Amino acid sequence: MTVKPELLVTPRSAEDIVPLIEAGADAFLIGEETYGLRLAGEFSRADIETAVKEAQGKAKVYVAMNALFHNEKLPLLHDYLAFLGNTGVDGVVFGDPAVIMAAREAAPDLPLHWSTETTGTNWYTVNYWGRKGAARAVLARELNLDAVVEIKENADIAVEIQVHGMTCMFQSKRTLLGNYMEFQGKNLKVEGRSKDRTLFLHDPERDYDYPVWEDENGTHIMSPKDVCMIDELDELMDAEIDSFKIDGILKSSEYLTQMTRLYREAVDLYAQNEDSYFDKKEEFLERAKALQPESRSVDTGFFFKETVY
Amino acid sequence: MGQPAERTSGEKRIITKKPELLAPAGNLEKLKIAVHYGADAVFIGGRDFGLRSNAGNFSIDQMEEGVNFAKKYGACIYVTTNIFAHNENMDGLEEYLQELQRVGIKGIIVADPLIIETCKRAAPKLEIHLSTQQSLTNWQAVKFWKEEGLERVVLAREVGLQEMLEMKKNVDIEIETFIHGAMCIAYSGRCVLSNHMTARDSNRGGCCQSCRWDYHLYEGSEASSRENALFGEDDSPFAMSPKDLNLIESIPKLVEAGIDSLKIEGRMKSIHYVATVVSVYRKVIDAYCADPDNFKIKQEWLTELAKCANRPAAPAFFENVPGYKEQLFENHSHQASHDFSGLVLDYDRETKMVTLQQRNFFRPGDTVEFFGPEIDNFSQKVDKVWDEKGRELDAARHPLQIVRFKVDRHLYPDNMMRKGVS
Ligand code: SF4
Repeated sequence: MTVKPELLVTPRSAEDIVPLIEAGADAFLIGEETYGLRLAGEFSRADIETAVKEAQGKAKVYVAMNALFHNEKLPLLHDYLAFLGNTGVDGVVFGDPAVIMAAREAAPDLPLHWSTETTGTNWYTVNYWGRKGAARAVLARELNLDAVVEIKENADIAVEIQVHGMTCMFQSKRTLLGNYMEFQGKNLKVEGRSKDRTLFLHDPERDYDYPVWEDENGTHIMSPKDVCMIDELDELMDAEIDSFKIDGILKSSEYLTQMTRLYREAVDLYAQNEDSYFDKKEEFLERAKALQPESRSVDTGFFFKETVY
Repeated sequence: MGQPAERTSGEKRIITKKPELLAPAGNLEKLKIAVHYGADAVFIGGRDFGLRSNAGNFSIDQMEEGVNFAKKYGACIYVTTNIFAHNENMDGLEEYLQELQRVGIKGIIVADPLIIETCKRAAPKLEIHLSTQQSLTNWQAVKFWKEEGLERVVLAREVGLQEMLEMKKNVDIEIETFIHGAMCIAYSGRCVLSNHMTARDSNRGGCCQSCRWDYHLYEGSEASSRENALFGEDDSPFAMSPKDLNLIESIPKLVEAGIDSLKIEGRMKSIHYVATVVSVYRKVIDAYCADPDNFKIKQEWLTELAKCANRPAAPAFFENVPGYKEQLFENHSHQASHDFSGLVLDYDRETKMVTLQQRNFFRPGDTVEFFGPEIDNFSQKVDKVWDEKGRELDAARHPLQIVRFKVDRHLYPDNMMRKGVS
């Protein structure tokens, strides 16, 4: 029987934890905007405590601290890490080495997951961060399947990839939406420019829509399609990738629960009986597509794409 | 730490440790011009492992020639090896770094720990500078890289003066920061727009500047919501094109902050651009350090920079997070006030004849300006122009054509001639 990867989900709120565990999630990535990037929901410290309690013994809870920190936030890191250590979360996701520095003092036993999103591109670097204390590396979404498999074959630490959902294309520190509004003479502060407002950029040349919003980490622009690997899990599972992430950003709780259930079914089926999975994979894809919002089609991201440079 | 070395002679304070002026060069000609016009150091790209795959990169032999040329001026050369490598890019790295070391390159500018560690092992004499691609934004991260044995860090372009001062205060490491040129509007290394839009990997040099395109901003989550446009028919479309960086007026603050290296961007730019920008910053740094307490920015320096600027410029993050006035909407570029029209090859003091390589159209009657490290800028009208064979020309029409004409004041090889754009 094939080893099953962890199924990691990003919930919108603490209320999602129980239904998502029932749907088959093995782990959660949560956090708040002050420390984490592009989260599906805001989890205060109290919410994190609740999530840890509800997940106890059933699922793991990781907390995002993967922002690019400027000096002004450094004094906060120590205290937050100490809190996370005491709360008993199962890991912290970081991109900035400042988190390693703070964790050495504040929470030396807390497992660290390295994730810069775009720069986890080769196995040597994955192992480098392993030597600096990371227990897991989250790979760049811009890699193809062969590169992912090769990294896993050579990695000394656990490897996580995103198998479903939106991915980030761009982060600027500038308030680009606000700037545009101001340039146009409209005051966006009154009108709002957060994730809740569902703004998007239309690219007339490609006829794509890119979700866009602003928060305290700057302006974020997201992919026009959702990655969906539900019918392509075999090679990833054969390679024994350690964790599959379903990103719930800009999705409803209901969508997330149903999608998690579907991946649970697909992963379990492949682990149990590969042939049955192959027979059913078209159907999985159709069911996933049926769950998609009207404006969001799916593709396979960069897994089967070649990029040049 | 944090203070520039200085001494007082009589009443006057003098700064003795000037920051390095670091210039870009896309080929050997640009490298020589940069050094000749006053750069203390030049960064170049090799054939592999660097971004800007199309910036006209150096072979090892060319690097060696560049190093030897720079040495005569007491200048040094760094090589950018700042891609985020994929597995397939790992081959040949060791040999490449050893070659750089062998030909006397002083250091590499690097983002990926793969290249950092390989360099430490295979070419330990090379200095290692952390690239801006790592988007370094706080002093704890700076400290991390210091502990990893790096000599220097290039800061994220989002770091302002106050933040630089704190970094200097907390960590004893060389700091390099951008002072002039085009820049990413995203955190460097965190933009993959080109990967999505054109299947070109921006973190391996394939960026096609998707941020400089126009988009339309809409509201709503359904396909039909294109009706909810957040702009009108006559409005400019959404854009995120940044103005270029220009910190000329902040040089005093950068020097006082003890920043070690001031970097000009633009390996794709012309020799005219490199010469103009380098010479202006050379003058500003020298003038400030010679007499910091009586220093004033001269209008002529600002005008001089505008002669080669092809985009409006702004100080970006130096004091604040930039707003809409530091972005470009609709017209994403504008023309520099001057064209580069010729490179001086020779000057005959007896006959007062200049031998010039044409770089842009000019004709008798045009008013042109000469500049160079040995001379003060001056303008004059072009009189009769001859070609190499002594035939009189009605205009210098052909790129790289050799022409001769009379110039009253002394010129030197590698001085440049430019012409105002009407
Ligand atoms: S698209 Fe723009 S922001 Fe992105 S990497 Fe290219 S120049 Fe930088």
